[in-house]
Amino acid sequence: MKANCWYGKQDVRVVDVPDPKILNRHDAIVKVSSTAICGSDLHLYNDFVPAMEPGDIMGHEFMGEIVEVGPEVKRLRAGDRVVVAFPISCGKCFFCTQAMYSLCENSNPNAWMAEKLFGHSPAGIYGYSHLTGGFAGGQAEYVRVPFADHGTVKIENGFTDEQVLFLSDIFPTGYMAAENCYLAPGDTVAVWGCGPVGQFAIRSAFLLGAERVIAVDRAPERLAMAREGGADTIDYEHADVYDVLMQWTGGRGPDACIDAVGLESHMPGPLYYYDRVKQALMLESDRPIALRQAIMACRNGGTVSVPGVYGGFIDKMPMGAVMNKALTIKTGQTHVQRYFEPLLKRIAGGEIDPSFVVTHRLSLEEAPNGFQLFAGKMDGCIKVVMTP
Amino acid sequence: MTTRQAEPMSRSARQEADGGANRQGRPWQQPSGDGAMTQEERLAYGLGLFSIGLGLFELAAPGRFSRMIGVRPQYPGLIRVMGLREIASGIGILTHRAPSTGMWSRVLGDALDLGCLAAAFAAPHANRGRLTAATAAAAGAAMLDLLCAQQLTRGTETRNGVMPITATLVINRSPQDLYRYWRDFSNLPRFMAHLQSVETTGDGRSRWKARGPAGTTVEWEAEITEDRQDELIAWRSVEGSDIGHAGQIRFEPAPGNRGTFVTVEMRYRPPLGTLGAGLAAWFGKDPGQQVRMDLRRFKQVMETGEVITTQGQPAGRAQNTSWKYDGAACG
Repeated sequence: MKANCWYGKQDVRVVDVPDPKILNRHDAIVKVSSTAICGSDLHLYNDFVPAMEPGDIMGHEFMGEIVEVGPEVKRLRAGDRVVVAFPISCGKCFFCTQAMYSLCENSNPNAWMAEKLFGHSPAGIYGYSHLTGGFAGGQAEYVRVPFADHGTVKIENGFTDEQVLFLSDIFPTGYMAAENCYLAPGDTVAVWGCGPVGQFAIRSAFLLGAERVIAVDRAPERLAMAREGGADTIDYEHADVYDVLMQWTGGRGPDACIDAVGLESHMPGPLYYYDRVKQALMLESDRPIALRQAIMACRNGGTVSVPGVYGGFIDKMPMGAVMNKALTIKTGQTHVQRYFEPLLKRIAGGEIDPSFVVTHRLSLEEAPNGFQLFAGKMDGCIKVVMTP
Repeated sequence: MTTRQAEPMSRSARQEADGGANRQGRPWQQPSGDGAMTQEERLAYGLGLFSIGLGLFELAAPGRFSRMIGVRPQYPGLIRVMGLREIASGIGILTHRAPSTGMWSRVLGDALDLGCLAAAFAAPHANRGRLTAATAAAAGAAMLDLLCAQQLTRGTETRNGVMPITATLVINRSPQDLYRYWRDFSNLPRFMAHLQSVETTGDGRSRWKARGPAGTTVEWEAEITEDRQDELIAWRSVEGSDIGHAGQIRFEPAPGNRGTFVTVEMRYRPPLGTLGAGLAAWFGKDPGQQVRMDLRRFKQVMETGEVITTQGQPAGRAQNTSWKYDGAACG
């Protein structure tokens, strides 16, 4: 089969690899009908995530048709149309039984590596470095899905792929980010980053009762998409984000702030180069520019929600602000499976059509081109969907 | 909070609370014969003395020292400074309660020494033969220092050539289920990566077969030394076995009905003692790590019914997994 593999910094190639097989009794094999490039794939593409190995198959946002199931798979059969959650979850451990699926204790065979870096390991993730298990990813014609009963949602009515594909990651990720803000009626939410997750965070905040959403980015097409979603926008290249947020919130600050940017953030001015240099010298692994701004701008007693990906260590974390302003920080890889049914209902009810975010439709063979477009924000690229 | 402390603590909690100080009192562990010093500490002590001796020699007779290593005695000042550094490292090792800092200062010093020796090769009148011998000696010492410093930092405590390994994990099953599964030793190879088979031969005895280094097979016979239903199993290799091996597993109900705390304690006799174990860790064969991963796989089997694997999946390279990252997962 064809699969998109990582070979080094900004080097991905579509090559021929063997078809996947059932390796565990809870496995299923999915024939991919649609697969996407996630913003977090760009961190792998730009070589910010350790423990990638040349030849790793990328991708963790995919859906398709079940073609084979292992002997212990009870809920699925060949022919079922499913969307697959990006965290691999056993369904039986302490965390899975409490719906904290992205913290599954049994799905990362390389847990020891993550334990060294983080103290404890998160769940295994498809195509997302050997730190999270080294599982072959979903930018391929076929994918092996471990613990298939607990990692998939069946799609039984006539949704298009683009309407439901993003249940695999970015829609639940934006939704959980908004849920983590504990919104009360009348609340104002600020969202840093208008990439795909930011777009879903904006719309989810409204679904969950926010009165007003303010979105921060610099790409005009992304700010335009945020405005279509109902947000007011700040272009951080042309305005001081803190000042504008204070003007728009009577000096109090947003009730909740969402960092949908993560470890490769940008800003104008010398502080950006401070972080770039520290990153280049390996004195910090992640650039927390958006996170610092979110903490400084958030109102006293407010919540900072972080769906943006961080992988290691940051510098100049304003902990004094967190403590003295009594902030709550909520974060985590998304517990995708928890949101399958509620979000499918919202799609069915017409409250949201996730396909709004797609700007580029390519074939799987064009994956390297897709990465280039998405990483460079070229041609107004916001979200790439590929079909094998 | 006070009520929580007033509750009777589990056995392992009590043992952790005193930092393992009463470890020697555990019934399965032979009392150590020679007081408090571990193999690591003794090695550090020896290297510390060596450091001071060498330092004094460099300080007192820089000329003779220079000729000995094959360079012309042009830099007595430099040699004396190196000597002072050796003495400082030695004193640091011998006087500190935790000798690891002093050991790391020796590692740093070794790097400097090797740098100077490399520079000396470029000198016009150097005695190449003597320089080569001196470099080899310095490299050997550097290796010893590095292994010793590493083992001290990792907190390894080898006594009488025996290294204790402890691993704890909470498993979402009852002590009864876990005890029953483990008590049937023939189940162990399902999750212990290096074991090929365990056969029960009756009378509390069993034959263990494991993969050894370089494709060899290692066999030994073990006997159960303590067996408390749903609580504890202890075993050790019988006398005359090639492998000195003893282990114990305890099952304790976790507070709040949240499964079972499983604690494995092993006594392991690494070939070449702590140096051998330190060296093995460089190649991902750290026995402590292996025990922790075996325990993790035991949890996978008990909670999900199988050990999750990536062996045999597709990849855009010759090997389907990465030996560098996934190798350790497979033992």
